[in-house]
Amino acid sequence: MTDHSPTLNTDTNPRTDGMASVLRESPAAHGVLLALFCLATALILSLVDIVTRGPIADRGREDLYASLAQVVPDEIHDNAMTDGAMTVTDAEAGAVTVYVARRAGTPTGVAFEMTGQGYGGAIRVLLGIDPNGELLGVRVLAHAETPGLGDKIEEAKSDWIHGFAGLSLSNPGPEGWKVKRDGGQFDQFSGATITPRAVVDAIHRGLEFYARNRDTLLSAEETGSQ
Amino acid sequence: MTQDYVSIARNGIWDNNVVFGQLLALCPLLAVTGTATNGLGMGLASLVVLVLSGVVVSLLRQAITPEIRIPAFVLIIACIVTVVDMSMNAWLHDLHKQLGLFIPLIVTNCAILGRAEAFASRQKVLPAAFDGLMMGVGFTAALVVLGATREVLGSGTLFANAPLLLGEHFGFLEVSVIPEYSGFLLLVLPPGGFIMLGILLALKAMIDARQGNKPRGAESEPTHSRIFTAAGVLQPSTEGDGAA
Repeated sequence: MTDHSPTLNTDTNPRTDGMASVLRESPAAHGVLLALFCLATALILSLVDIVTRGPIADRGREDLYASLAQVVPDEIHDNAMTDGAMTVTDAEAGAVTVYVARRAGTPTGVAFEMTGQGYGGAIRVLLGIDPNGELLGVRVLAHAETPGLGDKIEEAKSDWIHGFAGLSLSNPGPEGWKVKRDGGQFDQFSGATITPRAVVDAIHRGLEFYARNRDTLLSAEETGSQ
Repeated sequence: MTQDYVSIARNGIWDNNVVFGQLLALCPLLAVTGTATNGLGMGLASLVVLVLSGVVVSLLRQAITPEIRIPAFVLIIACIVTVVDMSMNAWLHDLHKQLGLFIPLIVTNCAILGRAEAFASRQKVLPAAFDGLMMGVGFTAALVVLGATREVLGSGTLFANAPLLLGEHFGFLEVSVIPEYSGFLLLVLPPGGFIMLGILLALKAMIDARQGNKPRGAESEPTHSRIFTAAGVLQPSTEGDGAA
């Protein structure tokens, strides 16, 4: 909004309410007044942040629970997946929190989050993967893509995200894990290529992350389930 | 300076309509009016912020000196948008999931600053709030009309995904106007927004000319409309070109 600064021109000031006293006309007073405004704004924002931080985190967690249930079917596990959370540090992907699904103590799937760089910022993608490295399901948790163009990655707006279930690193091969415009097998959207490209890339990186850490995850799961 | 409410309403909805009268807010306008539903969401969110900023600016109008008014208004508007965003995320989470994308875009809407400057800063609270409401209604109407035209001609649907925004009761709004339509991409993309906006502006000018009105409500607040129009068009934006 700094574009408006050229319009700061007292010659064209239309205000005629005559309220300005001598004191208020000194330049320092304007600075002080503006500083007070900034202070008040900062105070209000801090207060609202303090009040809303807890509920917003709760809502985020509820969304995560709901999403976990979408990428890992309830039938294949009998544990509360959020209890089996562990953090795996990977050279490429960094620290990743992995939620483990188990039935009778045996791992039946994992779910974790990957981040892709979309057109409007980070796109958070949740992946569910079975022990053999096949995708159980994928959902987009949060994004800031353009409404009407890039938001077809949401399940609510398009079936596109369902097309990943059942795929793995070898199906399709490395050349297929791209949008069609780049020679791969996934549809882009009219007017939006960057967004699906970012999602496809995030999923592919997630599968690679699982392949790299599969043994770690499985052995850790065994100790975790005891 | 006191305007009666009828003329405030007429001004906000038709004569000095944010989009078709003042040519403001083109950045969020072109970015989101690919569908009627998105236009409606953006319009309603902007309406709330317009009313709130009108009230706050009007309450503080004696405290804000002319020299610092622009930064003060920007602060107030940014603060309101952020507070609305955070509160909705915390307590109206489902609605926020639908409108969430639009709320940060409101900050790029110079029409809100324009109304604070041209109206709310010189009026009592009630007229200022009413002006915000009417400007918001006018803006929403413009967004829905533009969005609907682009959606029908560009995608062959109308109010697609409306139940997501308004709830299941509004499922009837969602219609496929042209079945088996392969789409006309140009109209969905921002250039199509400009083209359609131009056509609608011409239509409004025709209607005004036929009724013998002065075009664009130019008799009121001419200087400020022009200043903010320039700022609005030039506004660089990360969301503006929408090539997501």
